[in-house]
Amino acid sequence: MPNSSDMKITDGPRGPKPRKILSRRNIILYGTLIFVAIYYLVPLYVMIVTSLKGMPEIRLGNIFSPPIEVTFEPWVKAWSQACTGLNCDGLSRGFWNSVKITIPSVFVSIVIASINGYALANWRFKGANLFFTILIFGAFIPYQIMIYPLVILLRDLGLYTKLPGLILIHTIFGMPILTLLFRNYFTTIPEELFKAARVDGAGFWGIYFRVMMPMSLPIFAVAIVLQVTGIWNDFLFGVIYTKPENYPMTVQLNNIVNSVQGVKEYNVNMAATLLTGLVPLAIYFISGKLFVRGIAAGAVKG
Amino acid sequence: MNSIEIKNLSLNFGDVKVLKDLNLTIEKGEFLVLLGASGCGKSTLLNCIAGLLDVTDGQIFINEQNVTWLEPAQRGIGMVFQSYALYPQMTVEGNLSFSLKNAKLAKDEINRRVKNASEILQIEDLLKRKPAALSGGQRQRVAIGRALVRDVDVFLFDEPLSNLDAKLRTELRVEIKRLHQKLNNTMIYVTHDQIEAMTLANRIAIMRDGLVLQLDDPKNIYNFPINKYVAEFIGSPGMNFLQGKINNKDNISFQIDDTLFELDGYNFQTIVEDKRPVWLGVRPENIVVNDGNKSMPVNFDVVVEVIEPMGADTLVWSHFNGHEFRFTVDGNKVINIGEKINLGFDPLHISIFDFESEDRL
Repeated sequence: MPNSSDMKITDGPRGPKPRKILSRRNIILYGTLIFVAIYYLVPLYVMIVTSLKGMPEIRLGNIFSPPIEVTFEPWVKAWSQACTGLNCDGLSRGFWNSVKITIPSVFVSIVIASINGYALANWRFKGANLFFTILIFGAFIPYQIMIYPLVILLRDLGLYTKLPGLILIHTIFGMPILTLLFRNYFTTIPEELFKAARVDGAGFWGIYFRVMMPMSLPIFAVAIVLQVTGIWNDFLFGVIYTKPENYPMTVQLNNIVNSVQGVKEYNVNMAATLLTGLVPLAIYFISGKLFVRGIAAGAVKG
Repeated sequence: MNSIEIKNLSLNFGDVKVLKDLNLTIEKGEFLVLLGASGCGKSTLLNCIAGLLDVTDGQIFINEQNVTWLEPAQRGIGMVFQSYALYPQMTVEGNLSFSLKNAKLAKDEINRRVKNASEILQIEDLLKRKPAALSGGQRQRVAIGRALVRDVDVFLFDEPLSNLDAKLRTELRVEIKRLHQKLNNTMIYVTHDQIEAMTLANRIAIMRDGLVLQLDDPKNIYNFPINKYVAEFIGSPGMNFLQGKINNKDNISFQIDDTLFELDGYNFQTIVEDKRPVWLGVRPENIVVNDGNKSMPVNFDVVVEVIEPMGADTLVWSHFNGHEFRFTVDGNKVINIGEKINLGFDPLHISIFDFESEDRL
């Protein structure tokens, strides 16, 4: 009878199979990845480098060369001195406008959409399917069709060109896709949990706040990423439904970059563009981590 | 006094009739098991009693009070689910006290009840843990505890042990039985596992297609199944069935081809005419291997085809007159494949069903 102490290891393969680091497979794989990464990062590199140069250096025309003399002047100018029309207080005004637009829009749309999704997923009320179909249909209608009717609607509400008006627009347009997102997430939560909460005497709001919401942090993170990026990057609604002093950052950026008077200050334009893109980028990095953690926490199952 | 009365209960999902005019009375302190294959309506019935589904017609009474229109929390029931359904973001203590907080009980009363329940279920050490840090058996204990703290008269179990492995299942089964003996409250237990049904129940209701086929104590269901479906469903390994007809010439007997089994001692419920086609059902454990001295009233020969040793006894597969035929013998008995063996049974321990209606005769 074979006993472990009697068994002699013979020559030949033993333990893990050795793998070559510089195999053809690895070279192709990593080569492609590195090439694609560089391809996408070059424009960003050019922007950062240019934004740190002075105008004389830019006129030399070497867009790939690093700055000889690093200057933060263009960044300061883009933030606080660049002119759009009559105002010469830089992007800062647009930044604060965008903050004032984004925060309430994101908050209100997510609150309403998550309650919608919860009601649709768990409390199958009469006509729920019809309501859901209509809402989803809304997601497929091109925005442009609704621009003019909404101008009239906002005018009659007295909100046209005002920030609350734009917030309302963002909330409405976020509704279909967010509701779909939340509804689909809530339907994956086991129905028995909902039943247990009902037996335990929790009502509509009790179940939402005490059972469903704490279980759904990952989907809230996803919704926040979607909405912050979408609303911050919005240009069309911002330019249509507001007036110059309420313009969001994107509209102001466009006005700075596309201004036709004077010299084209490439370094300021690059700095302004980077500044505008920082917020969605930051949100993505922060909540991306949260998002992964949320999913990992949910994945631990006995 | 009746704990639960279900009167003419119907439930339709669209055109599908899940429960059909169902009547059921459950006494106080009774342990009733709803048993049936999946899709028979047993879980639906439980959800109706709990108030989680609106009924199409009929009434439900709990403790003599009409609860048909009441919310689940107002019905005086506690419920345990198959997937445990613990709130993952709350600690065990939070899970146990959730219903009490919803009912706005005083803090020391909540603490007292949580302590009491966790002592009964031996989960005191787990109170600060989250459900994710518990094993399957511990989770199900917490789920039972959640019903326990509510101090209700009726417990509803929806296949509570189906997600556990075999060993834990038998352990928790005994614990549920102990709990019932200790609390003495009414329990309704849904399962598709006949062993659970047999071991736990005071009475078993066998359901099929939204109807209760047979409602009786486990012994009667096992020994006197009301029809062929119930007979097939209860017992493992399943009952053997032989198709033949009644021969009523001299003594009443069962005829299969040229073989006659005399049915002296079988208690017919009706008068059975000659040549009536019937099924004869006999359980594998009621078959006796005759050792030389032919002890059983009925006996016949089969050839051994497959043997399955199961420790305490051995299951033997063979054929008789074209019908598959299983029987159990003592685990120590030596049996060889291909061996011819003489079997016998007592007509007292068989069931005769009509061929058409499959009802017991």
